Amino acid sequence: MPVVKNNDRNIIEVRNASFAYRSGSDDGQEVLALDDISLSVRQGEFLAVLGRNGSGKSTLAKLMNALILPVSGTVIVDGIDTTDEEMLWDIRSTTGMVFQNPDNQIVGTVVEEDVAFGPENLGVPPKEIRARVDEALEMIGMSEFKKHAPHQLSGGQKQRVAIAGILAMRPKCIVLDEATAMLDPVGRREVMRILRRLNSEEGITIVHITHHMDEAGMADRVLVIDNGRCVMIGTPKVVFSDVEKIKSLGLDVPQVTELMYELNKLGFDFPTDILSVDEAVAQLKAYLRDE
Amino acid sequence: MINSNITIGQYIPGESIIHKADPRTKIILSIVFMVVIFLVNSFWTFTAMALFVLLTVIVSGVPMKYTLRGLKPIMFIIIFTAVINIFTTGGTPISEKVPFRYITWEGLILALKLAARLALVIISGSLLTFTTTPILLTDGIEKLLSPFRRIGVPAHELAMMMSIALRFIPTLLEETDKIMKAQAARGADFDTGNLVQRAKSFVPVLVPLFVSAFRRADELATAMEARCYRGGKGRTRLRDLEFTSVDTKIAIVTVTFFTVLLLLEYL
Repeated sequence: MPVVKNNDRNIIEVRNASFAYRSGSDDGQEVLALDDISLSVRQGEFLAVLGRNGSGKSTLAKLMNALILPVSGTVIVDGIDTTDEEMLWDIRSTTGMVFQNPDNQIVGTVVEEDVAFGPENLGVPPKEIRARVDEALEMIGMSEFKKHAPHQLSGGQKQRVAIAGILAMRPKCIVLDEATAMLDPVGRREVMRILRRLNSEEGITIVHITHHMDEAGMADRVLVIDNGRCVMIGTPKVVFSDVEKIKSLGLDVPQVTELMYELNKLGFDFPTDILSVDEAVAQLKAYLRDE
Repeated sequence: MINSNITIGQYIPGESIIHKADPRTKIILSIVFMVVIFLVNSFWTFTAMALFVLLTVIVSGVPMKYTLRGLKPIMFIIIFTAVINIFTTGGTPISEKVPFRYITWEGLILALKLAARLALVIISGSLLTFTTTPILLTDGIEKLLSPFRRIGVPAHELAMMMSIALRFIPTLLEETDKIMKAQAARGADFDTGNLVQRAKSFVPVLVPLFVSAFRRADELATAMEARCYRGGKGRTRLRDLEFTSVDTKIAIVTVTFFTVLLLLEYL
């Protein structure tokens, strides 16, 4: 049952947030990871975040879960200011986080035990934990693996378990910090399929930080950050149609978009906002028929 | 290269009543057993204790060869202590001839008893780990230690450390294997040379392994915090340990047996 996307409400609001950390080198200089950044994530949307290495993507993700606090500006998660220490656990159960390395975020020695870790920390009664664990594993299609040890699973399966661990906390939003970066194509597809389903069927807001342009193409909106600033935001079609700007930011556009862009440079006249192979095929067919 | 079947306290799956018993029952009874084995002294009570252990092994369904394999690593200690006892205990020499006059009957008996005690303690201890999954064992230890939290025993932290260690054993073994292969591809040689050379050849494996373990620990800590981990306070568990009728039966049988034995010994 598709959930109607309620785009009027912002689940996460970042207002003029900056964050600096001490650089690893000896001089101990402060490096500005986020520079006066503002953005809002709408309830129920699928937001992809792009940016080259060191652009501040991961820092932004950690702000959304109160793992770090902004040095200036504010971050509001579901109406709560993340500096409010008393609400810390509410914030962290509202926005769950999935990290890059699947091995380094699984705590339990058995799948179901790991999924239970979040609700256990929240003090949920055992019976309710059992129900939540079963439900979460059902949602990600891993029920049959609940007694398996994590090291017996593939990378994609481990990331799905990590997602289930978040789902068991009943979050409104899931932030994925390059969660597909270490996966093979099969694992990436599995994880993306689940994310899209959670987004469309359960109405869970997804913030997906990624390096893969095809994944960003599936999102409702794409945010591009560079040097700790928000440089582009909009639907994938709008963002990716500005191929030159994307390239100048050290990023790529999806392959088909690039193909159409190159064709246009040779004097053809195709629309610049093509993201999928099907669209490109249709356009090329139409063109060849007209010839 | 690395035997990835290594598991701490190898668990052998089974359906016996010993497998089904609550880990707390098994831990406590194992401790009681260790105390009793050092209290009994006569030949008959020793035989009874040995038979008792034999019976438990049979009931648990754990193959005898596994049980005896557990003795191998400590065989040296058993023999060493036995030899020391034989030569250092005063009493009646077994013979007046030179090599034998240093050996006394008392020493022989003491050595034999000590060896039997150690062996039985080890067998009963390994039976505990053979019949209890590491997770349950950890849960049991946490529960048993929790009353001592008041006097500063970090029960939850200890249990969490143990279970994370268990969780990462396979991961780190896999990683060690990967690093060894990577170093071998660069020409590292782990299999030749004397003991010192071979130990030295492991330095290029251990350094990256430690670096990576620290990185993992850091990331895991962040991930745990992100999932609302805040120590043992107010934490609930998916599985709560529960005593059942199996535990009552086992406890009654064992405790009665030990009591009768001790009464026979000291009355």
